[in-house]
Amino acid sequence: MEKSNLLMLIVLLGVAAYYRGTHRAESLIAKNGPRLHSLPGFYGYYMALWSTLPALLVMVFWQLGEGHVMTAGALAVLPEEMTKADASQISLLINDIRNAASESTYAQANPVIQAAADRYLQLGRQSNLLLTILSLCVSLVGALFAHRQIKPTFRARNQVEKVLTVSLVSCALLAILTTVGIVLSVLIESVRFFQMVPVTDFIFGLKWSPQIAMRSDQVGSSGAFGAIPLVTGTLLISLVAMIVAVPIGLLSAIYLSEYSGPRFRSTAKPLLEILAGIPTVVYGFFAALVVAPFIRDLGTSVGLDVSSESALAAGLVMGIMIIPFVSSLSDDFINAVPQSLRDGAYALGATQSETIRQVVMPAALPGVVGGILLAVSRAIGETMIVVMAAGLSANLTFNPLAAVTTVTTQIVTLLVGDQEFDSPKTLAAFALGLVLFLLTLALNILALRIVRKYREQYE
Amino acid sequence: MNDLAPHKVATSRSLDIVMEGLAKRRKAELRFRAYGLISIIAALLFLLILFSSIISKGYSAFLYTNVALDITFDPQIIDPEGTRSSDALSGADYDALWKSAVYRLFPEVTDRQKKRALSGFVGSSAGQRLRAMVKAEPELIGTTRRVWLPVDDNIDMLAKGHLGEVSELNDRNRDSQGWLVTLQNQDRIRKAINQEFFTNGDSREPEAAGIWGAVSGSAFTLLVTIGLSLPIGIAAAIYLEEFASRDRWTDFIEVNINNLAAVPSIVFGLLGLAVFINIFGLPRSSPLVGGLVLTLMTLPVIIIAGRSALKSVPPSVREAALGIGASPAQMVFDHVLPLAMPGMLTGAIIGTARALGESAPLLMIGMVAFIVDVPTGLTSPATVLPVQIYLWADSPERAFVERTSAAIMVLLVFLIVMNGLAVYLRKRYERRW
Repeated sequence: MEKSNLLMLIVLLGVAAYYRGTHRAESLIAKNGPRLHSLPGFYGYYMALWSTLPALLVMVFWQLGEGHVMTAGALAVLPEEMTKADASQISLLINDIRNAASESTYAQANPVIQAAADRYLQLGRQSNLLLTILSLCVSLVGALFAHRQIKPTFRARNQVEKVLTVSLVSCALLAILTTVGIVLSVLIESVRFFQMVPVTDFIFGLKWSPQIAMRSDQVGSSGAFGAIPLVTGTLLISLVAMIVAVPIGLLSAIYLSEYSGPRFRSTAKPLLEILAGIPTVVYGFFAALVVAPFIRDLGTSVGLDVSSESALAAGLVMGIMIIPFVSSLSDDFINAVPQSLRDGAYALGATQSETIRQVVMPAALPGVVGGILLAVSRAIGETMIVVMAAGLSANLTFNPLAAVTTVTTQIVTLLVGDQEFDSPKTLAAFALGLVLFLLTLALNILALRIVRKYREQYE
Repeated sequence: MNDLAPHKVATSRSLDIVMEGLAKRRKAELRFRAYGLISIIAALLFLLILFSSIISKGYSAFLYTNVALDITFDPQIIDPEGTRSSDALSGADYDALWKSAVYRLFPEVTDRQKKRALSGFVGSSAGQRLRAMVKAEPELIGTTRRVWLPVDDNIDMLAKGHLGEVSELNDRNRDSQGWLVTLQNQDRIRKAINQEFFTNGDSREPEAAGIWGAVSGSAFTLLVTIGLSLPIGIAAAIYLEEFASRDRWTDFIEVNINNLAAVPSIVFGLLGLAVFINIFGLPRSSPLVGGLVLTLMTLPVIIIAGRSALKSVPPSVREAALGIGASPAQMVFDHVLPLAMPGMLTGAIIGTARALGESAPLLMIGMVAFIVDVPTGLTSPATVLPVQIYLWADSPERAFVERTSAAIMVLLVFLIVMNGLAVYLRKRYERRW
């Protein structure tokens, strides 16, 4: 039986078990009076859990092991000299067998492979049959066991809630698992990368040209993997973005929270938020098609040599994207400053702008700085705008009119397209990912700590 | 007693100082106010420029130039043996039909090169259209009909005036422009709704490239994302807000979630590549992997929104439920959760809208491949709408600029609908306690 059908069948069995359990509890009530520990539904749930969970576990483990058994069985059919090869050739063989197995009509040139593929398919059919019988048995046995447990004194609700709590906890733990997954996946590949390219070359190298490593067959020795130009490029573009976003975002937040009336605020604020909701690929398209040519033409008209992939264009558009981020965070912090501080300043005769500049802003500053740090981390991690509008060549420069490249752009260019997984070129992307992750993590932790501390101050 | 005098002088002097500075301070006040207003206007101006440049570039893609040709469905060409069998009808050379119709319109064109240019006037999908017509209605064979067919994408650009002034055109385009004017005068040119754009998958030919493949890819991906992130996110929010004791462990989970919300999306793509594809061996480019990656990305958003929704339910509801004998689980699932649901759903919709617009992590897991077929399931290779936009934005043809902008408009419409739904939910079910 197909696995999806089997799954459906087990779920159906679970539903049936629910009704059976509920019915049994109700008949117990009819016989003994309302003296059951839990509501009848809980007995139903209890039975349904016993009939589905063990069977699903069996299916999961079967799924994990099945592939290995099938490939091992298929490889056993092959003549011995073919399977005595090294690991990479065996994986190629396995691929061939799987391809031959999945395309039954495709006439396979090699009869040996075809035989292995037939064996593979046959094993698959047997395994499915076995799994069907086994999981249905487990499901029925589980249901039977639960059915026998249902007595007036049985605490079905406690059991069901225990399962519920465990599943809630595991959902919450997924967040930790994700972080661990990110760290491990990036770290392991990075370690492999650093075995080929020394760490010092990566951190302190001034030259980035991973393409050379592909052309000559020597691994790692000829490609240059110095991350400095990428990091400076990223910082340059982020700097341009922050120069745009911080003043505009901060001043709009001040105006919205201190000056404007409720009507202006209630229209202007959602309109600003739209900027945050626009997909970054749209900004990238806008930057590449409208802003970059505009800046280039503008530069040419005043006699400047502006690259068509200038850091200025990408940074400008990224800044626009970050404006609402800065403004809504600053807005929160400005609003959190107690009114009494403002009243005190007014009472001393300060004008509104003086109050804002000399009382409100200093009070809100830690929060605003935290917000700006979060915005910087966002600018550093932003991908689509720079992929579409920034350059690919790694120039070590601080001239915003020149083309620079960024960490994220390089990750995308290294990993998009055909990839062999062991070349330093692909592994370099993971090392860059590690740099990116650590950089943003440090900024985030710092920012969140500042913000948290500040929030507690006035609450 | 004389010491009152200097005091009096002093007060009048400080008042003078205040009065003197007042005009300057008022000006500074006005200036500061103006800065604030200017920056809001600047931000909104950016928004306006963004939208207007995309709409002005993209709206024309929804229409396509068609040309009316008098097609003779010559039985000699379509089905010389007269069998009318399906094979014969499928295999015939339909391009010959419209080519001869075009040549008949311009008998004066005899030059070989110009003739070739003339046959490039009609789009390459014309033959398929004619085939579909004949297969649907075999009685057409032997008759002559006026049929509207799509022109070539370059001609379409000419007709829409995207290639510049007539004087700037190159020789070939100038010829085409001449034919175009002639046909326009004969009423043989019209603009029709560009159906291909909405029903086709991707294509190298701009005239045949559509967004349907990407839209269904997005739909499959979001299906996985919603199906996983909604239950898991809500469950995690419930645990953290209602069941977890306040200890270091919970704190650690919380810090983790807040951090994950700020991790660059491309890092999630690296995770997907390393874990889902290389370790679990799930198929590359599939909506399944894309959905899983986006699930991990949206989870923090949903959890944070869910927790604040749960927080806004007053403790009295919980106490009342516990007071009449409900267990903690019954209290949460029967009383608190229904009240918090609208707020949770609002957060979920906003998170999903963000996932819909996301493209960077999907580049990592191979959803950038050039895929012509419309995906049919969770494991078939697919691309999504934002990635399609990225791919088209990279294409050099002028016609793809128009299509990119149009695809952006479609994407923005989806996003506006989703966010509108979230706002509606919030307004409709918002409760102040």
